Amino acid sequence: MRTETSYRHEIPGGAAWSSPVRAGRLVTFTAQGPDANLTTLLLGADRLDRLNVPDTLKAQMSARITAPMVLMSDRGLALASVTASSLDWHDALTGIGHEQHLTRFGPSSYGVDRNDWRRSARTGLVSELNKHGLGEADLHGPVNFFTKVGITEDAKCSFGFVTGHSGAGDSVTLRTEQDVLVVCAATQHPLNPGPYAPAAVLVEVSLAPPTELAGPDDPSVQFRPESARALEQTRKAFL
Amino acid sequence: MTLTPTTVTTPTGPPAAAVFDRVVEAGDGILLTVPSGGRLRIVDLHGNQAVDTLFYDAADIGHRYSAFDTIREQGAVYLTTGSRLISNRLAELAVITEDTCGRHDTIGGACAQESNVIRYGEHTRHLHACRQTFLAYGAAAGIGQRELGHNINFFMNVPVTAAGDLKFDDGLSAPGKYVEVTASRDLLVLISNCPQLNNPCNGWNPTAVQLLGWW
Repeated sequence: MRTETSYRHEIPGGAAWSSPVRAGRLVTFTAQGPDANLTTLLLGADRLDRLNVPDTLKAQMSARITAPMVLMSDRGLALASVTASSLDWHDALTGIGHEQHLTRFGPSSYGVDRNDWRRSARTGLVSELNKHGLGEADLHGPVNFFTKVGITEDAKCSFGFVTGHSGAGDSVTLRTEQDVLVVCAATQHPLNPGPYAPAAVLVEVSLAPPTELAGPDDPSVQFRPESARALEQTRKAFL
Repeated sequence: MTLTPTTVTTPTGPPAAAVFDRVVEAGDGILLTVPSGGRLRIVDLHGNQAVDTLFYDAADIGHRYSAFDTIREQGAVYLTTGSRLISNRLAELAVITEDTCGRHDTIGGACAQESNVIRYGEHTRHLHACRQTFLAYGAAAGIGQRELGHNINFFMNVPVTAAGDLKFDDGLSAPGKYVEVTASRDLLVLISNCPQLNNPCNGWNPTAVQLLGWW
């Protein structure tokens, strides 16, 4: 009989990771160093429906991700709710880093650098998607947990990477609202001007206590009518 | 209703010189091919009309417009003249070469029946929405749900603040304003002329737009 109801896994800096996570779990990501960046994709129970960042942002009138926002899918369902965050800003505007962004650090290969070789978020995410029978077509606008870009209210709405926004110990917790596939890469953000030093991220998955599930008093239900409606649509879809 | 295309005269040439001239009615869409070097102009005939647009490499629909790669590479949220439209493989698909409106959105996504329910309530579930138009016109090129990335909303105004807030605002566009993109390779352009009735993105009244092409 299984008695363990949680597990922990550390994603090394520069590496990618994916796992199915069933509904009603808490997934906590904790940065293990400064300026961590966890580029994260979410796919729904059918592995076709997926995170829709534009819909998530416009429904909740926000240009960033933080608690208690609901992460919404193409098909208008709640995938997960952000139930806790030590940071008030997780980036959702600057996408996925490419191999081309790593060229400034010079050449790197497994042959020379072994498992410290430099890989982009895109390479890691596509590799993980392929393992689940998915692929490049399933890439979508991600959340870059622990990253902030500072917005300037000029004619083009310029922005720049905010160094020092997050540090070791900063954390964010998602509550899964349906069975999801979590796909993420703990890779250095392409706009981070610093030397190559991607921080590791600790993942902890546990059963959400019944009191944590989205009832009428839940902060995500209370946040906005739009957030509550996304959670209600998920209830109907998986009744 | 029969719509008469509006005559638009600009420094780059009268519509008589256009090899492509088509009015897309409110709530309708189109899938068209624009060859490398071709210029596609979208004219907001009546003002404040959001035109939801996706670009694909005509040789490979897996190679498509990426809103967030575009934003990151230009270091700015709004699109206007000079904005390079970047693909999911970090290649340039097109460049905005003319813009009399001044600001276009690419973080607001497209409306869908399902997102309308979230934003406005269950009573909006069966209102026509952009995602249906994208899927209906995209099918001829094999563009299905997985191939729909996050789009551009030409003429739409979605201000983002330093505090991290976002809203849909009255458009900055007006009758006759236009935006022109020049293709950097052979492109498929998938357009939904937005039918949204529930917010100011279409001035509460969706209207026709005109497409003009020179190639």
